[in-house]
Amino acid sequence: MAMILMTLFYEFFKIGLFAIGGGMVTIPFLFDLTEKFNWFTAAELTDMIAVAQSTPGPIGVNMATYAGFQTAGIWGGIIATLGLVFPSVVIVIFVSKLLKRWAENDCVNDIMVSIRPAVVALILQAGFDLLKISVRDYFSALFLVAFFVLIYFYKKSPIFYIILSAILGVVLKL
Amino acid sequence: MAEYLKIFISFFKIGLFTFGGGYAMMPFFRQELVEKRKYIKEEELIDFYSIGQCTPGVIAVNVATFTGYKIKGVSGACMATFAIVLPSLIIIMAIAGALTMLSDNEFVKHAFAGIRIGVIALILNEVVNLFKKTVKSKYQVAVFVLIAIVLFGFNLSAVLAVIVAATVGLVKFLRSKWQ
Repeated sequence: MAMILMTLFYEFFKIGLFAIGGGMVTIPFLFDLTEKFNWFTAAELTDMIAVAQSTPGPIGVNMATYAGFQTAGIWGGIIATLGLVFPSVVIVIFVSKLLKRWAENDCVNDIMVSIRPAVVALILQAGFDLLKISVRDYFSALFLVAFFVLIYFYKKSPIFYIILSAILGVVLKL
Repeated sequence: MAEYLKIFISFFKIGLFTFGGGYAMMPFFRQELVEKRKYIKEEELIDFYSIGQCTPGVIAVNVATFTGYKIKGVSGACMATFAIVLPSLIIIMAIAGALTMLSDNEFVKHAFAGIRIGVIALILNEVVNLFKKTVKSKYQVAVFVLIAIVLFGFNLSAVLAVIVAATVGLVKFLRSKWQ
């Protein structure tokens, strides 16, 4: 148990350090965990994303708590969240005075300009990996396309779409 | 002691009542921290959102740590951070526990079969939005294509992909210095 908790802390510490740009960016990192460990499956990861988006609180924190809980119960949830938050707490406390200069530094700027498109590619790939698992026939593919068009043109909150897809899942017996 | 309790209540409330994370949380931060408690100034909040884009970690947590630090130093920072993640810890673990017990339920199974597809549509939509918001030059399109090829072709890990992109950015910076 102690071993799992230590590994959990280490893995989520890495996510906290490398997932630059917000909660959704943690998805590709969590997907990597499904391949590296048997803590949770990719299908379970999709459920976590849904729950994290439709409950209050920062999405990245919600996902870490869920993933940690799934792996090692209540302590797992606490340790994973601690690991995720730790790097940013340390960075903010120690360099909060330098942060503004940091954000205006040319070198940092060039690096960030390059990381942002990379992060978009990362989420795209994670989305495709999850798609391969959940979309297995023409019917679900059609469902996905219809949903994407709906989301793209009617910008409602994610919770609305998650509830709608749950209702459709029950009604259509997906 | 009363000061710590106030910090705790402010951030616990933000963690409990804000949905969507990141930018969706900004109005709540403004209302609670800038207007009501006057802990930080409007400019500091805006600064923090721009800094948050180029430091690792969850933006909401960064704002909480920063504000707590400003009020009461390191212990204030820890209190604010603890308070903002506590609602997530409680709510998510309760839901996760309930869903595990209900996982054999026929209704729950069908609902999640639907949700799994809905979530993918949401992720793809997020990709489109992020692309429009952050990829603004030919150089950035090139980095996007490069990383996408490496990811889809060689199954690179997310950590390595970020390191590769950062290296490309560093080379870009050094080249502009040389010229």
